[in-house]
Amino acid sequence: MTALLEAEELVRIYEVRRGIFGRPSPVRAVDGISLAVMPGETLGIVGESGSGKSTLGRMLLGLDLAQAGEVRFAGSPMPRNGTAEWRAMRAKMQLVYQDPLAALDRRLTIAAQIGEPLQIHRLVPRQYQADRVAELMEAVGLRSDQAGRFPHELSGGQRQRAVIARALASRPKLLVCDEPVSALDVSIQAQVVNMLRDLQERNGIGMVFISHDLKVVRNIADRVAVMYLGRIVEEASSDVVFRSPQHPYTKALVSSVPVPGKPLEGRMILQGEPPNPADRPSGCAFHPRCPVAQDICRTSSPALRRIGDGRTAACHAVAGETASIETMRRMA
Amino acid sequence: MIRFVLVRLLRAVITILAVVTFAFVVLRMSGDPAQVMLGPDVPQDAVDAFRRAWGLDQPLWIQYLAYLKSIFTGDFGVSMRDKASALQLVLERVPATLQLTLPALILKLMIGIPAGVYAALHRQSFADRGVITLAIIGFTVPSFVMGLVLVLIFSVILGVLPSGGQDTWVHGVLPTITMSIGGIGILARFSRSAMIEVLGQPYIRTASAKGLKWRDVIWSHALPNAAVPIVTIVGFMVGSLIAGAVVVESIFSWPGIGRLLIVSVSNRDLAVVQCILLIIAAAMVMSNLVVDLLYGWLDPRLRSHAAH
Amino acid sequence: MASVDMAERSQLAGWLRGSISSFRRKAPLSVAFGIFWLAAMVAIALFADYLRPYDITAMDLTSRLSAPGALRHLLGTDELGRDVLSRLIQSVRVSLIIAFGATVLSAVFGTALGFAAARFRGIVEHLVLALADFQAALPFLIMSLAVLAFFGSSMVLLVCLMGFYGWERYARIARGLAISAGAQGYAAAVVQLGATPARVYLRHILPNVASTLIVSMTLTFPEIILMESGLSFLGLGVQPPETSLGNMVGFGREYLTRAPWIMLAPAAVIMLTTLSISLVGDWLRDKLDPTVR
Repeated sequence: MTALLEAEELVRIYEVRRGIFGRPSPVRAVDGISLAVMPGETLGIVGESGSGKSTLGRMLLGLDLAQAGEVRFAGSPMPRNGTAEWRAMRAKMQLVYQDPLAALDRRLTIAAQIGEPLQIHRLVPRQYQADRVAELMEAVGLRSDQAGRFPHELSGGQRQRAVIARALASRPKLLVCDEPVSALDVSIQAQVVNMLRDLQERNGIGMVFISHDLKVVRNIADRVAVMYLGRIVEEASSDVVFRSPQHPYTKALVSSVPVPGKPLEGRMILQGEPPNPADRPSGCAFHPRCPVAQDICRTSSPALRRIGDGRTAACHAVAGETASIETMRRMA
Repeated sequence: MIRFVLVRLLRAVITILAVVTFAFVVLRMSGDPAQVMLGPDVPQDAVDAFRRAWGLDQPLWIQYLAYLKSIFTGDFGVSMRDKASALQLVLERVPATLQLTLPALILKLMIGIPAGVYAALHRQSFADRGVITLAIIGFTVPSFVMGLVLVLIFSVILGVLPSGGQDTWVHGVLPTITMSIGGIGILARFSRSAMIEVLGQPYIRTASAKGLKWRDVIWSHALPNAAVPIVTIVGFMVGSLIAGAVVVESIFSWPGIGRLLIVSVSNRDLAVVQCILLIIAAAMVMSNLVVDLLYGWLDPRLRSHAAH
Repeated sequence: MASVDMAERSQLAGWLRGSISSFRRKAPLSVAFGIFWLAAMVAIALFADYLRPYDITAMDLTSRLSAPGALRHLLGTDELGRDVLSRLIQSVRVSLIIAFGATVLSAVFGTALGFAAARFRGIVEHLVLALADFQAALPFLIMSLAVLAFFGSSMVLLVCLMGFYGWERYARIARGLAISAGAQGYAAAVVQLGATPARVYLRHILPNVASTLIVSMTLTFPEIILMESGLSFLGLGVQPPETSLGNMVGFGREYLTRAPWIMLAPAAVIMLTTLSISLVGDWLRDKLDPTVR
């Protein structure tokens, strides 16, 4: 079975200038990332803010250009951004935004906006468009009487449902969700995530689910990739990552998720400053915050390696390149 | 700062070049320049000589370069009416125009800015209403109506001031007033809103909360900050010193640049029109440049904007 | 930002809904007058043919330069015995047509260039900004005079020329708004749906920036009226036998001492019209768009 979406060694570097006369300094937002999404599979991407996960999401959709590397959709490379082929391809891959209010046009009713992909890609004859929109609204749990509402007349959760309905209108094969619930109330987050999972399973959509929130990702993803400063540091199936995280960063993230009935003691707390993408530490980017960092971590950057049961990780300690395996055991 | 100055200089040069190109294009589009510049009653060999001298037998881009060269060496062609150098004709008229526009500018500055500041400090007062009314007049009454109404009142009905000519300083009174009334209103309204905005800023409240005298707060904190936006409009007024009197000169038969322009336009004396066009544009660009630099000096934040 | 816009939007919706009933309470007397005057001017322009008591060139040689007030010639006659009221009505029509055509032309032209600058950035943007600089460097009256000198005056040329008035204002506004709209997300979201640039700009960005553009049209309109009447006053705009407000003032000037009404009637109409548009425009601006000064 060919992968729905493949990314190979993607690189995206921003030039950031500090002050008027400051030298431009490169920020490696996405630094050599490879991944694959199978049809109907959900890949979770987890990382702190500034880890480059949103940029990665936009690159996977061909919205941001890769400076190196390649994205292939169903085996063929992404057409150039802005061309007619690129536009036609939008019907097959869609984005769900973090801020639904910003993603919706304030002057159009949500029904008009949900129907927009149908018009753009001429998918449904005009007289059936209303029916299709009604069907989509029902699928995302919007009431039919809300069709004529404007975005600001809906609640945050309802707006996000409208955005999801619009994204699904063209029956895409791939859905990239960039922090789709982080702007919503906690009480509504679960509803929206469950709805997304249902829709994804029912329609066999491949999904990339980007979030900083491990709880949410655990709930929806089949596989999880953990990002730190533009690189994937660990990738495995969801169960494996949450049951036995290997990379120290993943461990810290997993242990910070409260589990009902379990005491909080023994949690591993991340030390130090959150990472600054413009000032990337030498060697392993995580070493200043890593409890098991050795000399080698300060000088040499660990490669992403396969370490059994369909798992990869980028850590000298995990790969047995340091003497600290014992320490790791004790921590686990 | 150097970068800021260079960027602005470059923009000024490009703008001048655009105006010159505009003049060139319009000139070429409107017919044979030889006929246009020399007039219809010139013998054929003179036309041919002119063509050779101006390189009109050359390809267009060479013509353009030659045109640029002649413009930048001060050769604007010959007036077809007076057979005199266009540049000279125009320069002769500059003092007359400045006799009107300079006093008008001084009136605008001396009355407009203090009136606006006073109105801002005494809102809803009689003076404030007066400033707003004057500003509305400035925006809505065209200068030709203003001029004619003044003539009607002071020359026709009262008979105290002359309605046209340039013989004595008294002749300059009505045109100067005509030109300043609207400008006073506009400048006053501008100063008023700039001042009101500055007075609402936190640093003014801080300064007065520190116990500074209100008078000192106004002089050392409010006015310098309100000056920044006012400089723009003053710069525009300075830039239009030469261009701003077209209508008024025409009403009062004042022999300045404006009247020369109207007469030349009516006679299709293109060399003179083109010369006036370029001189006015140059004056405008210069004053814009000075305003920009002054702005950068008054408000350091703008420097960084320009550099980006 | 988004929440402010939202509030503004719902405010607008609310305003539209209750506009008629609340109009009398909210609009000050001066605005009511402005609206009344503008409505009257538009009506006069539309029905000029039916309202004119006489033809604009019809001469009544028995009553030349007769003062206003007489029943036959309500606003008096000019030096050839032509009815001032009839000429005034026709002038209102001509001046309004020119100003309206030119305002629309300038708005369309400026907005298109502004959108182009926002869409393509780079060289196109620099070009548009350089053009705007150029426009700012040449006083519009001077440029118009030069063009009229080279090409002579005609009605079509006059409208096209006036159509260049103030385009740079729309271009700057449209460019700024389009860039911020693109950054705001809804435009980017529609691009992501696969929409063509034309669809993004016409269906999404244009409606969102329309209120600001309409407000700047109320600024340009009176300025164009003043510009056209200035040119016509100087004898270089509308040419006889056609007549416009500025043109009437220009010819009336000759008879300032003997028959000031020839010049005063059109002058009053010019002032009241520009004043009304300014009043209504200011009021609209406060209502529609608090972001524009």
